[in-house]
Amino acid sequence: MAELARNNAPQKSLRGNSFLLWIEAWKSFKKNKLAVVGLFIVIVFIFLALSAPYITPEGINDQKLADRLLPPSSEHWLGTDDFGRDILSRVIHGARISLWVGFVSVIGSIVVGCFLGILAGYYGRWVDTIISRFFDIMLAFPSILLAIAIVSVLGPSLRNALIAIAIINVPNFGRLIRSKVLSIKQEEYVTAAKAIGMRDRRILFFHILPNSMAPIIVQGTLAIATAIIEAAALGFLGLGAEPPAPEWGKMLADSKNYLVQAPWTMFFPGIAIMLTVLGFNLMGDGLRDALDPRMKN
Amino acid sequence: MFSYTIRRLLMLIPVLFGMTFIVFFMIRAIPGDPAQVILGQLATEEAINSLRAELGLDQPWFTQYFEYLKQLFTLDLGESLRTKTEVSEEIWPYLAATFELSFVALIIAVVVGVNAGIISAWFQKSWFDYTAMVVALVGVSMPIFWLGLMEQWMFSVQLDWLPPSKRENVKNPVETITHFYLIDTLIQGRMDQFIDVVKHLIMPGIALATIPMAIIARITRSSMLEVMRSDYIRTARAKGQKMFWVVYKHSLKNAVIPVLTVIGLQTGLLLGGAILTETIFSWPGIGRYIYNAIEFRDYPVIQSGILIVATIFVMINLIVDLLYALIDPRIKYN
Repeated sequence: MAELARNNAPQKSLRGNSFLLWIEAWKSFKKNKLAVVGLFIVIVFIFLALSAPYITPEGINDQKLADRLLPPSSEHWLGTDDFGRDILSRVIHGARISLWVGFVSVIGSIVVGCFLGILAGYYGRWVDTIISRFFDIMLAFPSILLAIAIVSVLGPSLRNALIAIAIINVPNFGRLIRSKVLSIKQEEYVTAAKAIGMRDRRILFFHILPNSMAPIIVQGTLAIATAIIEAAALGFLGLGAEPPAPEWGKMLADSKNYLVQAPWTMFFPGIAIMLTVLGFNLMGDGLRDALDPRMKN
Repeated sequence: MFSYTIRRLLMLIPVLFGMTFIVFFMIRAIPGDPAQVILGQLATEEAINSLRAELGLDQPWFTQYFEYLKQLFTLDLGESLRTKTEVSEEIWPYLAATFELSFVALIIAVVVGVNAGIISAWFQKSWFDYTAMVVALVGVSMPIFWLGLMEQWMFSVQLDWLPPSKRENVKNPVETITHFYLIDTLIQGRMDQFIDVVKHLIMPGIALATIPMAIIARITRSSMLEVMRSDYIRTARAKGQKMFWVVYKHSLKNAVIPVLTVIGLQTGLLLGGAILTETIFSWPGIGRYIYNAIEFRDYPVIQSGILIVATIFVMINLIVDLLYALIDPRIKYN
């Protein structure tokens, strides 16, 4: 019993240590005003996305053809579109789609990227050569072009746009983790774990992966911003969400025909995309400074 | 340096092969039979089969792939299924349109971005610094297709200053020589057309330049701030050198490496961004060319288009890597 207690003690203190590190990071994050603004924007959009069905004045597909293309007024704060639908309601609902695509696609890229990156970094040799060349080839394509090609293979839909965005971001995370694993592999605690006969899988997922978390979180936050823009771009090109989904990019594409009569149909979805992306970018920059000062530009 | 260049060129080979492999199979996976698409819904089974045989689509995939590689080695990019013209013949005007647009965007991005970054660093914490950095922050987060629409609304619909789309005035078309309209109009001494082409370039150029411009401004500022704190700059100032020369001659030279890296990366990304910009401004560039080909399942065009863009992208990155060593003698490649 006494021996058990002794074994547990250092682990507990280690965990406490990592908790303290996060507290330190939060303190440093809080000091960065722009990062806090970013966090605030993100929280507002997450709130809008979660509560969209309860706070929007109208349903997303409530068509009133008599109210077509009305300018912003007290009744319709952001005006109405060509089907007489309330733009405010549609923009708020659009946050659900964009954030969903952003989060899910990035989580997908992180899972696959981490898996491949860890394999490449830890096992080295031919495994590394194959995976790294694969990343090189993927990165040789401009990302939006690759996304367009993937969606045209899978067929245009929101789900396929999400898959395409996840795929094109895999090499970014893969490379990041690979380089992190290469440096952590040399650390003494990994050598010690190997020396006591710990299995590779345990070393990889319980020691190396948790120690690579900081850059993944930073890169992940910034990647959500890019993913949201990419999803909107695919929607804009007609390769993402299908009508009548209130996807921001799709709404912008529809607004093209009404630039003269109803420019408000174009203003607000664009502002929504820009603000969300700005929020994640500011937050990502702040997290980078707080979690990993060496990554600062 | 020489051996490094050779090694980098050799490393390109597997990447280029991999690219052909990925493009070839991805295109084959697009649902729908091109023979059916070309001949339409009413085509007979026989006609479709004979067209499939003619296009080589009835062969096993590896035969098709090796045939494709063989053609590539002889610089034969295939024939467009839609226009029945050799892709290598018809692709140049589109490429030239994209190059011209990207080049103008790059010039705008570099000139405005670098100078905004320098002035921000020079007058750190001034109103200019704050404004420029807020604009840069917003610029990085700007969806360019939205910016393009806003420009059209502002400068074409409201102010009627600039033409909303296309590359030239369709009523007064440019006689093409190189397909770079700026050059073509100058060669022919057609200043009226030259001004017209410039007007058409302004809005898409700015839309495409915004993101790289913002990134370049931010990186120039941080890189300049670092250099301007160093001892030799203080010495230059102490010797009574004018601040302008200290900033533009001494500091910029040493701050240029990260700036160059970003410019290199952004040049590649411009090609991707061009696809979206081309859609908004009906710009007849390579992005539109590929995008329209996807709708028509024009395999040879999609394959060659994507491959050419990706190859240019890879080459630009290589050239940027090699340029570092030329500009900064401290970087040595072994």
